[in-house]
Amino acid sequence: MVSVLDRKLIRDLRRLWAQVLAIAAVLACGVMVLVLGEGLQSSLAQSRDTYYERQRFADVFATLTRAPRTLLPELAEIEGVASLTARVEAAALIGLPEMDEPVSARVLSLPASGEPALNLPLLVTGRLPSALHPDEVALYAPFAEAHELMPGAQIEAVIRGTRRSLLVTGHVLSPEFVYTIGPGQMMPDDRRYGVIWMGEEALAGAADMQGAFNALMVGLTRGANAQAVIDALDDRLARFGGAGAHDRDGQISHAFLASEIDQLGTMALVLPPIFLAVSAFLVNMVLSRLIALERQQIGLLKAVGYTTAAITAHYLKLSLGIGLIGTLIGWGAGARLSLGMTRMYAEFFRLPVLIYNPSSWPFALSAALAALTVLAGAWRAVGASVRLSPAIAMLPPAPPSFRRGLVDGLGTALRLRQTTMMILRGITRWPGRAAITLFGVSASVSVLIASFFLSDAMALMTDEVFYQANRQNVTLTLSQAQTDRALLDAVHLPGVLVAEGSFSLPVRLVVGPREELTSITAFSEGATLSRLIDDEGRAVALPDAGLVLPEGLADKLGLRTGDRLRVEALAPPRETWELPLAATIRQTIGQEAYMARPALFALMRQVPQVNRIDLLVDAPALPALYAEAKRRPEIAGLTAWDAVREQFEATIGENVLISVIVYTTLGVLITVGVVYNAARIRLSERAHELASLRVLGFHRSEVGMVLIGETAALTLAAIPLGWIAGYGFAALMTQAFTTDLVALPLVIERATYATASLIALAAALVSTLAVRRRLDRIDIVQALKARD
Amino acid sequence: MAPPARSLSSAPVLVAKDVTRIYRTGSVEVQALRGVSVELHEGEMVVLLGASGSGKSTLLNILGALDRPSSGTVQFREHDLTHASERALTQFRREHVGFVFQFYNLMPALTARENVALVTEISRAPMRPEEALERVGLGHRLDHFPAELSGGEQQRVAIARAIAKRPELLLCDEPTGALDSTTGVQVLEALHQVNRELGTATAIITHNVGIRRIADRVIHISDGLVAREEVNEAPILPAEVTW
Repeated sequence: MVSVLDRKLIRDLRRLWAQVLAIAAVLACGVMVLVLGEGLQSSLAQSRDTYYERQRFADVFATLTRAPRTLLPELAEIEGVASLTARVEAAALIGLPEMDEPVSARVLSLPASGEPALNLPLLVTGRLPSALHPDEVALYAPFAEAHELMPGAQIEAVIRGTRRSLLVTGHVLSPEFVYTIGPGQMMPDDRRYGVIWMGEEALAGAADMQGAFNALMVGLTRGANAQAVIDALDDRLARFGGAGAHDRDGQISHAFLASEIDQLGTMALVLPPIFLAVSAFLVNMVLSRLIALERQQIGLLKAVGYTTAAITAHYLKLSLGIGLIGTLIGWGAGARLSLGMTRMYAEFFRLPVLIYNPSSWPFALSAALAALTVLAGAWRAVGASVRLSPAIAMLPPAPPSFRRGLVDGLGTALRLRQTTMMILRGITRWPGRAAITLFGVSASVSVLIASFFLSDAMALMTDEVFYQANRQNVTLTLSQAQTDRALLDAVHLPGVLVAEGSFSLPVRLVVGPREELTSITAFSEGATLSRLIDDEGRAVALPDAGLVLPEGLADKLGLRTGDRLRVEALAPPRETWELPLAATIRQTIGQEAYMARPALFALMRQVPQVNRIDLLVDAPALPALYAEAKRRPEIAGLTAWDAVREQFEATIGENVLISVIVYTTLGVLITVGVVYNAARIRLSERAHELASLRVLGFHRSEVGMVLIGETAALTLAAIPLGWIAGYGFAALMTQAFTTDLVALPLVIERATYATASLIALAAALVSTLAVRRRLDRIDIVQALKARD
Repeated sequence: MAPPARSLSSAPVLVAKDVTRIYRTGSVEVQALRGVSVELHEGEMVVLLGASGSGKSTLLNILGALDRPSSGTVQFREHDLTHASERALTQFRREHVGFVFQFYNLMPALTARENVALVTEISRAPMRPEEALERVGLGHRLDHFPAELSGGEQQRVAIARAIAKRPELLLCDEPTGALDSTTGVQVLEALHQVNRELGTATAIITHNVGIRRIADRVIHISDGLVAREEVNEAPILPAEVTW
């Protein structure tokens, strides 16, 4: 049997539906983000882990120049090594009829059995290459699909300078290539970078690696010390040209996936508190007003014998009703979105396993938080009125008292109209409510800025990477280092206007206990194509001696300009140097060290060499250049910068668009929730006054201004606060989104501030106009009769 | 000394003819006015007398353009109010009518002076707010908020607000209804003084029989109809009224 008070509760919720829904929507955002973020994060992590386990993804990875397979038993003896797989890897250029530019690929060897102990390829279609047919290969599925290379298709590849015709037998996926980035690429581009699996004997023959290997994958025993294994491997592989072993964190695909999953966790942590705080304030605001309106009813209830506790419980239940609605909406939206987005992510990353198994704790936690939020909001509102004695409660409340204050001086000095004075005194008389509106609107502006600034950051990165730092349109990667004569040859390639060489050396940087694997890129003197750029966008000349590091890398190593660090060369001459940190630069993408080429080769005691050549090419001549590059065995890879930029912009654009849509929705909901409720309350409190104004001969539009004026004034005041909060929020986001590979710059354009402000203003305006329509419907005569 | 009675031959300011007003709430139909005809003349003071529920407030709302008749016509000088637009009615109230209500209807957020200024700011050739307040004897309480004033004082602020625009019509709905007799008399004196000094046609609604004696003319309303009209040949001063 539903009690009469509960029936009143249900009717109250129904009667106040618009306001209840506006609060529930804000609350639901908080609940949804928590459920979504956690669900997505745990589903992706579980899907990834299962995939890794099934395909036996290695724990430690090492590359080297060449070691005999007879070394493997010795390596297997290292404590902590459970299993290992050695293979041959080679770079290849693939000629595809529909592509002008040569496509880069990485060729990996498969043991004769077809089943390596670690990093097992997962066959999607067709079959693995047979050991008996040296020309058979399996292709990385997204690459094969991008070029419609079905089993049975033939491709031309240049491996180590030898052209070969290969037969595609199947498509595979691999845990090593969840996120596949080719050398010189910024984003995955399945059209321009592929992975090829080939029989071991065939590849070893082509790469001159018979009986040898140049890549090693290690599976660790449970509880093994990864660092000890890495050190032992480095020790034993050094004389075979070991380039430094690393764990999964140094594996590019894993690192990207892990940072993506971490960011989802950050979203689940940062956003909900904002929404919960706003909803607590809203519940407080609405319930305070409701209780003020029901003051006489409360007096009556008490007069007939209801206890203070029973009446308090009634209003708390009402707030819990709002909490329940918000929680259910949030759960529904969160669960639905997290399933949809898990599918989307799984598709994007080509995870063959999809485990959607959201844990129940985010649901329980979000419900508990929502309940606490509404109760906290209700508590203060319920407090005083409910404790009044019945006799006093049944009397109409004393009219609000106003006092002279700052506003009066202002009014006189500025000769403000009386209707303006009403607005100003309304704000100062209820500062708490004004503060809620200020807080809500500024929170909404800050959420909008924090999402829109991503476009600014991306624009800056695009400009920096593609127009300032890399002005070449083609970069050639050489299969072996050559003297500067190679530059003269390059100038004679079709359409080449400028050719500049650089040299890249893999190194380990060591400062005390901290170390980082990276490479030193050494530019030619006076390079004009590849440049280093400082904070103000000016080109930085490389110092004559010492290293230049990106700020992020220097911070990680705890280095300041002038400090010295140990640099271990992981390729010949394999020496260790003590070098000073000459300067740091701000760099958004990449974590390489830089050095002047003469200085590096002086350390190496060698004639300067190049293994990378940047070209400025006359655009019409590009097809001819590409055709020539496919014929040159010394060219191991080619980066077409226009294609890289297009792929970068397309991928980023899509991601930014999704986040802008999501955050705009969230931001708008906050403003609508706050402004609509505040305006409804103001209308309810002032109906009498506003009707009096109509009687006195004020037109509807003039009376409407009194109602809208307060919202407008508070919204305008909230916007600059939102700018400040938005800047802080954006700063937090840059930290959250900064990974080893990308340092998000903190730049917010004026247009971003303006757009965020306009959206918040428009949302506030629409919400107030919705309330103004109610004002227009008020019957003057009735409003004058009804006293609160 | 009794003031001279106003002549009925002066031009009518407002003429209502055969006015009816029917309220429908759900299936219930209430006929508040059943065909009322009244005229208000320049400078005269009229008391509309009737029991509660007799329809006198409905009539006042229609005369003041707060409400429209279901049938019949209302004419202000040469303007037809019956078919005027919402906007025109608002303009009519703004320029020509002053209202005084039982519960004052002051803006709590504005001081006495500001409550009057609220109206003078939107009127043509109003008196200064201070002058209006002095006329009702509140020259010394200009900067008080409504919550700081007594009921009688609040009602006098409402009167000052109503007359500051120099209206041609002053409509008062139970102006003394919420006041004790001493304060009530002060309010009536303020109304009387404004009527005599400014020549504003004044209509006072009341169920208080005692008040009828200050009027030039008394219209008795009963059950939605004008029961009878009487001309008061010798109106008394408000100070002489008792109830």
